[in-house]
Order: sequence, then C-alpha cells, then structure tokens
Amino acid sequence: MTTAPVSSWRGVASEEQDELPEKVSVLLRERSRRLLGDLLRPYRKPIALLTAIIVVSNAAALAIPYLVKVGIDDGIPPMTRGSGPGILLIVVGVILAAAVTQALTRKAFLRLSGKIGQSVLLELRRRVFDHFQRLSLSFHEKYTSGRVISRLTSDIEAISELLQSGFDGLVKAVLTMFGTAGLLLILDVHLGLVALVPLPLLLLFTRWFRRQSVIVYRRTRETVALVIVHFVESMTGIRAVQAFRREPRNQEIFAQLNDDYRDANARSMLLGAEFMFGIKLIGNLTVGGVLLYGGYLAINDEVTVGVLAAFLLYLRQFYEPMQELSQFYNTLQSAGAALEKLSGVLEEEPGVPEPRRPEPLPQPARGMVRFEDVRFAYVEEMPILPGLDLTIPGGQSVALVGATGAGKTTLAKMISRFYDPTAGRVLLDGVDLRDLDETTLRQAVVMVTQENFLFSGTVADNIRFGRPDATDRQVREAAKAIGAHEFVAGLPDGYDTEVGKRGGRMSAGQRQLIAFARAFLADPAVLILDEATSSLDVPSERLVQRALRTILADRTALIIAHRLSTVEIADRVLVMEAGQVVEDGPPDRLIAASGRFAGLHRAWLESLSQ
Amino acid sequence: MPPDTDTPRRPLLSSNSLWRMKSYLRPYAARLVLIWLAAILSIAASIALPLISEKVIDGPVTRGDSDGLLPLGLIALGVGVVEAGLIFLRRWTQVKPVLGLETAIRDDLYEHLQRLPMGFHGDWQSGQLLSRATTDLSTIRRFLGFGMLFLVMNVLQLITVTVLLLNKYWPLGLLVLASAVPIVWTSLRFEKRYIKISRQVQDEQGDLATLVEESAIGIRTIKAFGRRHHVYDRYDEAARKVYGSSVDKANLSAKFFAFLEVIPNVTLALVLLLGALAVGSGSMTLGTLVAFTTLMLQLVWPIASLGYILAMAQEAMTSADRVMEVMDTVPAIESGTRTIELPRGHLRFEGVGFTFPGADGPVLRDVWLDVHPGETVAVVGATGAGKTTLTALVPRLIDPTVGRVTIDGEDVRALDLTTLRSLVATAFEEPTLFSMSVRENLMLGRLDATEEELADAIRTAQAGFVYDLPWGLDTRIGEQGLSLSGGQRQRLALARAVLSRPRVLVLDDTLSALDVETEALVEEALRHVLREATGIVVAHRASTVLLADKVALLRDGTITHVGRHHELLADVPEYRELLAQDADFDPSEGALR
Repeated sequence: MTTAPVSSWRGVASEEQDELPEKVSVLLRERSRRLLGDLLRPYRKPIALLTAIIVVSNAAALAIPYLVKVGIDDGIPPMTRGSGPGILLIVVGVILAAAVTQALTRKAFLRLSGKIGQSVLLELRRRVFDHFQRLSLSFHEKYTSGRVISRLTSDIEAISELLQSGFDGLVKAVLTMFGTAGLLLILDVHLGLVALVPLPLLLLFTRWFRRQSVIVYRRTRETVALVIVHFVESMTGIRAVQAFRREPRNQEIFAQLNDDYRDANARSMLLGAEFMFGIKLIGNLTVGGVLLYGGYLAINDEVTVGVLAAFLLYLRQFYEPMQELSQFYNTLQSAGAALEKLSGVLEEEPGVPEPRRPEPLPQPARGMVRFEDVRFAYVEEMPILPGLDLTIPGGQSVALVGATGAGKTTLAKMISRFYDPTAGRVLLDGVDLRDLDETTLRQAVVMVTQENFLFSGTVADNIRFGRPDATDRQVREAAKAIGAHEFVAGLPDGYDTEVGKRGGRMSAGQRQLIAFARAFLADPAVLILDEATSSLDVPSERLVQRALRTILADRTALIIAHRLSTVEIADRVLVMEAGQVVEDGPPDRLIAASGRFAGLHRAWLESLSQ
Repeated sequence: MPPDTDTPRRPLLSSNSLWRMKSYLRPYAARLVLIWLAAILSIAASIALPLISEKVIDGPVTRGDSDGLLPLGLIALGVGVVEAGLIFLRRWTQVKPVLGLETAIRDDLYEHLQRLPMGFHGDWQSGQLLSRATTDLSTIRRFLGFGMLFLVMNVLQLITVTVLLLNKYWPLGLLVLASAVPIVWTSLRFEKRYIKISRQVQDEQGDLATLVEESAIGIRTIKAFGRRHHVYDRYDEAARKVYGSSVDKANLSAKFFAFLEVIPNVTLALVLLLGALAVGSGSMTLGTLVAFTTLMLQLVWPIASLGYILAMAQEAMTSADRVMEVMDTVPAIESGTRTIELPRGHLRFEGVGFTFPGADGPVLRDVWLDVHPGETVAVVGATGAGKTTLTALVPRLIDPTVGRVTIDGEDVRALDLTTLRSLVATAFEEPTLFSMSVRENLMLGRLDATEEELADAIRTAQAGFVYDLPWGLDTRIGEQGLSLSGGQRQRLALARAVLSRPRVLVLDDTLSALDVETEALVEEALRHVLREATGIVVAHRASTVLLADKVALLRDGTITHVGRHHELLADVPEYRELLAQDADFDPSEGALR
C-alpha cells in the first residue's frame, strides 16, 4: 500500500482512533447493539409478525420447485396411462396458490419492513439531532461541525441503505439457504447429503471472504476520506489556491490520493471477483456432481426423474443468493461502522446538564451577576480562571479589557453557561446558573460574538430568531433601534430578502448588524458583546454604539473589545490579566490613575492623532 | 448557471453525456473485447448446463444406460468449471478499465475545477461539486462497469433462452414469451414512478442536510438564544417528510417486486400443466419438460433485474449530465502568454469597472489608480464599497467588466497567469488554512522557500506561536487538525503572503482579528516588507492606514480622493467620517449604505 507522500504534507496530529484494540471494539459492538435493541423495542410485535410473514413467504417460494417435481412424478404418469389429469390439476392449482401467497406475503413483508425501517431511521435521526443540540459547546468545539454533519447525513444514510436493500436480501438469502438445505434432505436423504457435502467448504470460504473484506473495506474508507477532505478544502479555499498558484501541487497530491483510492477499490473488486469465482465453482461442481450421482441413482431407479429435476432447480436457488451476500456485506459493514459512531455520540454526556429541579428566576430579572471563587480550566494543567470573585450589579455596563488569553472570553462564556466552572459558582440574581432551566437562562442572558451565523430564510426570519413570536413591527423596530433598518430596506426584497447560501453577498458588517438586531429583539436582562463590533467599519460601529447607549441603559452588559472606543460607553472597566481582575473602576477614574488602562488609553489616543 | 437545488435539469434518457465519456475507455480497448467475450461465453456455459441435464434425463436415465452417463456428467463438470473461470476472468479484466475510467474523470474534474474562476466557485457550493466527484462518478462507474454489461447480457440471455424454448416446443415457448409482456410493461411504468419518488426522497434529504448543516455550523447562535426546540421542530418536520416519501417509495417497490415474482411462477404452473399434456400426448419428452422448467427459472433473475438495471442506467445518465455540466463550463479566466522580464511592480487601474453577473448595478465603476513601484496605497471605504472586489482584480481572481488593470504597462489579462500570480500575493481577511502541516500551509505559494526565509516570514507576521505547537511546523492545522484562533490564522495568512516575496503585496484587512499590541508589532515588521514591494492595503483603522504612503478613498464603487492621510483627514469629510474614531462625530446623514 502506498502511503509515502501522504504523511509529509499532511503534518502530524493526534490521530482519530481508527485502529481499535480488540477489547474496545467488543465494547463498541455492545454499545451499538444496545442502541439497536433500544430502537427496535417498540416494534417487537410488528417484528414478530414480520418473521411469520417471511417464513410463510419463503416456504411458498421453496414449495414451487417441489410441486413441479410432484407434478412431473405423480401428475404425468397417470396421464400417459390415460387416466386423466386429476392429480396434475390439483398440483397446478396448488402451485398457483403458492405463487399468489408468495407474492402477497412478499409484498406485505416489504411494506412492513419498509415502514419499520423508516420509523427506526426517523427515531434515530431525531435522537441524534436532539442530542447534538443538547451537547455543550465545548463538545462541539472539539468534535467540529464537519463531523456533526457527517454523523447526521452519511452515517444515517449508510443505515438507511442497509434497511432498504441489504436487509431484505440477507433475510431472503439466509432463509432460502436453510430452507433449501432442509428440503433437499427431505426429498432424498442420499442425494441431499451429496449435494450438501460442499457446505463446510462454503462456510469456510465465506468466513475467509468476510475477514478479507473487513480489511479491504477499512482501506477504502480511509482512502476515500482523504480524497474528500482534499477535494472540499481545495474548493472552499479556491481563492487562496489560485492566488498562490497552488494548482500543480494540489493536482499532484490529489492524483496520489485518487490513485490510493483506486488501488483500494481495485482490491475490493478483486476480492469480489475471487468470491464470486469460488461460489460459482462450488455451485457448478455440485450441480455436476448431483447430475452424475443423481443420474446414476435414477438409472438404478433409486430416485425418480422428478426428484432429480427438483434437485437441479433447488441447487440453483441455493447458490444464487450467495452471490448477493458479497454485495450485502459491504452495506452491512458501513452500517455497522455508522451505528458505532452514532451510539458513541448518543452516549456522550452533555457537559452542561439541565437541572433536575429547575429554580425560577425572581421576576422581573434584575440581571445581577456574581462570580464566587470561580475556577476554570480547559486543560487541567492550564487554569484560565484561578479563582475569581466578582459582582456586577443589575443594570451596570462593564467593559473587559486585557491581552489575548487573559480570560475575558472565558468569563463571558461562564455567564452564558457555555461552560460550567470547575469549582465555585456563578449566580444570576442570586440563583446558581446550574439550577436554571435552559429556556429561562437564555431568555435572561444573550451573547453576541464576532461569529454571526445567518440561517437560511429571510432577513426578518433571522432577526426573529431572537424571539420567534415577535410581530413584523417588532422586528422592524429592533432593526431601527440598532441602525440596521436603512440597509435592510435597501435590499432587493427588504426584510423578505432570502439570506441563505447566497447570503455570501452580504458583508460581514451587515451580517453583524442583523445579529445585533436579533439580540436586541430577544430583550435579555444580561447582554454580552464579545468583540461584537470588530468587523464593522467605523461609521457602522459608531451607529451601533449610539444605539448601544439606549439599549444598555436598563440592562446588565458585559463588553469585550480590543478597540477602546467601545469601552467608553461602559460604566465600569475591568482590566484582566491571567484570569484575575487587576484594575477595576469607572473609565475616567482609571484613565486619571497611572495603571495599565491609563497606558492603553494613552497609546490609543496617540494612534488616533497620527 | 448553477442549479438552485441539488437536482438540476434531468432529461429523461439523454445518453449523450454518458456516451461522451467513452473516450476514457479507449486505452482499454483490448480488455473490453476480452470482457465481452468472457461475458458471452459464460452465458453460453450457463445455458449449456440445463441442456446437458436434459440429455442426461432423456438419454442415459430413460434408457438405463449407465455408460452414457459418465461422459455427459464430466462435460457438465467441465462446463461448470469453465463458467466459473470465465466469470472470474471477466471480473478481473474489468477492474482496470472501470476504475481507470473513474479515476481519470475525477482527476480531470479536479483539474478543471481548479482552473475555474472565483465567479464559478462563488455560485457553486463545495458540497455540490463533491457529490459530482464522488457519488456521481461512482454511479457512472457502477453502470459502465456492471450495469451496462448486465443489461446487454440479460437481454442476450433472454433472447437466447426464449429462442431455445421456442425451438424446444414452440407452444410453450410462445406462452413464456407472452408472459414477458406484462413484465416489460409494468417495469417501464414502475421505472417512471420510481424515478420520480426517488428524486423526491433525494430532494427532501437534501433539504434535511441543509438543516443539519445549519444546526452544526450555527450551534453557537442557537445556544446563545436557547433556540434548541425551535431548530429541532424545523428538523423534525423535514425528517417526517423524508419518512413519508421513503415509506411511499418502499410501498411502490413492494408492489413491483411482488408482481415481478408472481408472473414467472404463474407461468411455470401453466408450463407444467400444458407441458404435462404435451408429454401425455407424446409431443414432448419428459427430459424436455425438465429442461424447459429449468431454463425458465433461469429467466426469472434477468427479468427481475431488468427494472433495476434500467433505473441504474437512468441514474448514470443523470450523473453523467451533472459531471459534464461542470466539465463543459469554460474557464472565464484564460491565461495570457506574455511575461515580464524584470518586473518592477508598477500597478495601474485604468477606468476599471466591475459588475457581478446578473446584478443590477456595478460594484466598481471608473476606477483610476496609479501605484508606483515600491509605493503602498491604503484603500479605505465603507462596508460594501467594493474594496475586496478591487483587490481581487490584481491577481485576476476576477476580471474587470470595463477597463483594464496593468502591471508595468502590461494588461494583466495578457500575462501568463502563473507569472502574474507569482508577482502578486494576497493575505485575505478570512484566512484559508488547509488540513496540512503548518509548513505546507505557509509554503503554499513557494514550495522552494528555505528554512531561513520561512523563519523570516514567521517573524514578520509575529507568528512565532507555531514553534510552540505540539509538533512545531509539522503540526497539522485546519479543520482536520489543531484549531487556531482568528488572530493566529490571520498571522499565518500574512506570513504566507510575505513568504512568496511578491512584487505586489495585497493585504485585505489582514489585521482585523489581532489585539492592539500584536497589531502594532506586525505593522512595524510589515513596514520593511512593504518598502521592497508595491502594496495595496485595505484598512478600517487609522493605524493600518499609516502603513501606506498614500490613501485612496473608495466610495460607491469609485475612487473619489487620493492623497496623504492627514490631507484627507483635514479636507474630506467622508474620510473623516470613516476613520476618525471621535465618538461624538455626528453621523446624521446616511453614513450607512
């Protein structure tokens, strides 16, 4: 296998756990089996019914060649003797009945299994989606959106594929094989045993194939994943690719990855060819053997011609589904892998769990925030907040100032409970945030960051995201208050302009204004602005700041900004360093003093006067 | 035009695009002949087996002749081995052409996509392109590799067996032939309905995927507003739609498959009845009847799979259309031929205008700007004034719709594209990092940079943090690796641009995510770099503007003023409005557009 140039350009990273030790994979299998059992439990009765139907259906299907044999053996001789087609007519009637039964039960099976399968799929989709939404931000930051998306799309599709095509094929193949084997023995023990001689060989061969295909399958997945990542990144980053003449090198890497994928696929196809060859060979040799031995028995009148004919028919039925098994096995593998990943997601505990018995927030919320000896660390060895005590009275606007990594954003994230403290507690109006249910908390605390995501839908929909029951007028009022009304009104369809995928034409500043309007409409008691104005140009920022003066008048606010212009609207400034508040006071007093803030402010003034 | 959904025009049975792909198979002509030969021979072998059985029953068994049995039996065994061998031969020979075709098309598609300009990529989501490069190509591969062969083989087998049956005993043969009529008719009807509902399911799954994407990427916003239930309800509605159509689809297939199975079985019953009568009346032997039924069962699978294979053919054609749709897009930006011997970096915009295709008004109009070698110009303008568009014209990420951009007097469109883009380097506001090592990310534009040059660029961009990453410069970053902060990413993008040692350096608001102190350090270092190159700096802040020798004020898509920072600050109210940080300034008259 060729992996040579891959490592060098890709660089090193802590690899995802692709190769799993035996113990872990057993555990994983158990976990996905538990999930499967859980999903299927509500359908115990329909599944029992399904089993009954499939048994009848296969019995009917298997009966038909047997009935042909009976027709030939018992129906024809009376006719050649001239005693009428009585028996034959009965046999033909039974065949027709079996054919109809088989068709009807097969239809019922496909309908019922389709319905159960889709219901399970729907439930799985709901669970995984809901669970992802419950999991904390810290989880999402580690897991990345790309993997969330592939769990909910390609993995679910892999299972859907199994339910749609594979499952039916497998059940049919297995039942046909067992049924046929049984029937052969009933028809004629002697000949039956001869026909079943290759069975152990067949099982061994299938086991070999299964083992091989696990390896081949993994290699295919690995190589295709690399092809996809490289492809998508080249296309999303095409601007950088073209601007830096990256094309030839990219082509070189892509060709290599593409070739690796081709080789993996070739191995897979060859394995399929080997398997088919083996099955066909064993099958044909068996037919030949039965013909010889059966012919010999028939000559000696030990079996009838009808039995021999039935044997030849059944053997064909026996080997045909075996060939489908090879196709099925890949589907099964990808569904199994998908289920493993999905069950892993579902077992993930939400990092910020909802309280069992939520406490109410005193109404109306005043917005008093208190940190009591709050400690926090993303990684244990590197505490971000080593023990913070802080009280922000209701209605106060606080500006957080400090270098990158001082803990400003962490502090903001604690108040919006994106993370829980490692020790100590954060209180809102005297209630521990961990005792508030999500809806109450989110109504009271809203955070606006630099990342302002717009959902597909209209501009109005996006503003209304802050308060789904807001009227059109309230939406407009919010936009006006924040200074976004002019530009929205200037869009092709005003508030009804679709943003969605083509929202790319909207500038970062414009998106930010919509995000502000959204936050304003939500009308929280505590508003957190984390670098929220940095992508605005100066006039827009100025406009937002004017609006902020009114907006912040009666609510608690926490403002984080690199630019000191934003700080001026605050009642109080906190200078942070290494997770501690090192200066605290109204802006004018700090400026007048000779501390860090005074220094920063002087430097800022100088930069303006240049 | 790009499609609005994932389902662009889908003509029924237009095999044109698929047919055009045949050139990819040309190198494998000899193998293809072998494949067909093996396929046809294996059909012959599989038909021969029941015929031998007939001979055994009618000959040795009926006559009680055990000596005649052995040769026939051995022939049957031989034919069986040969058939298996032929199947292996066919599949083995197939591997190379089938995968070669897929790999070659994918390589070509990727190459073509890399050549297509920004305008194209802006209109197409990468997911759409990916599905063409993966799903669609696999569909084509499956059809050309298996489907097409099976289609022809099945038809061949159907014809041969029917002819054999007619030949054996024509009344029964006719009966079998007649039974094909309802099957073909239903198959065709089923196919139409099945395609329709399959597409519906596909489209609805696409909608569901969009919701999934939004819920994953917008998770911070959803959390910040506590809108989990709102988002869930939207998803649930779409998921139930998928459920409904999928159940309908399953029900449709159930009906069809059941029908496909009942017809051959009913026919079998009739054959038995009429065959028995014929044997009774002596117009047919017992062996023939046995062979007849065996042969008939051989028809069941080819017939049943016909509908499936036809659906596969349809899908492959659609996929081929989708792939060719991209391949047929002519790159709007073609390389010129001229090169510049000793580039000085004299950049001029001469009456440049730009309008997005289909947009109402121009983004840029009548832009004139002269940047002398070594000079740096800051471009200042309100949100949406066209600054980024202006900078994209220099390395020809887009081409102007009016006027021209020249470097050292040469129209950039006349220049060889590689030459041009090695003259110009851009650091973008939203830096693109790839899932590769830091080193590979930095050397994007210059694979031959030395370690020293690399270290210099890192120093200039204040990106020394890379040495502290777990594997230093070999650490993988990007979506599949270590995640970096916005400021770190911007510094890497800057280092990348500096490393490529351009004659013209474009900084598109590259420092916006840096904190004040780092920004000051970066600016200090940049001064040296900009002294040696011609620079265009898009700026929002006074501090960045000071990197430049002169400032161009961009307003409503055109440059209204060019001058020094202090002059503009003193003389031009619009400029003051944009850059003065004075919070008491009155923005009463439409500062926002």
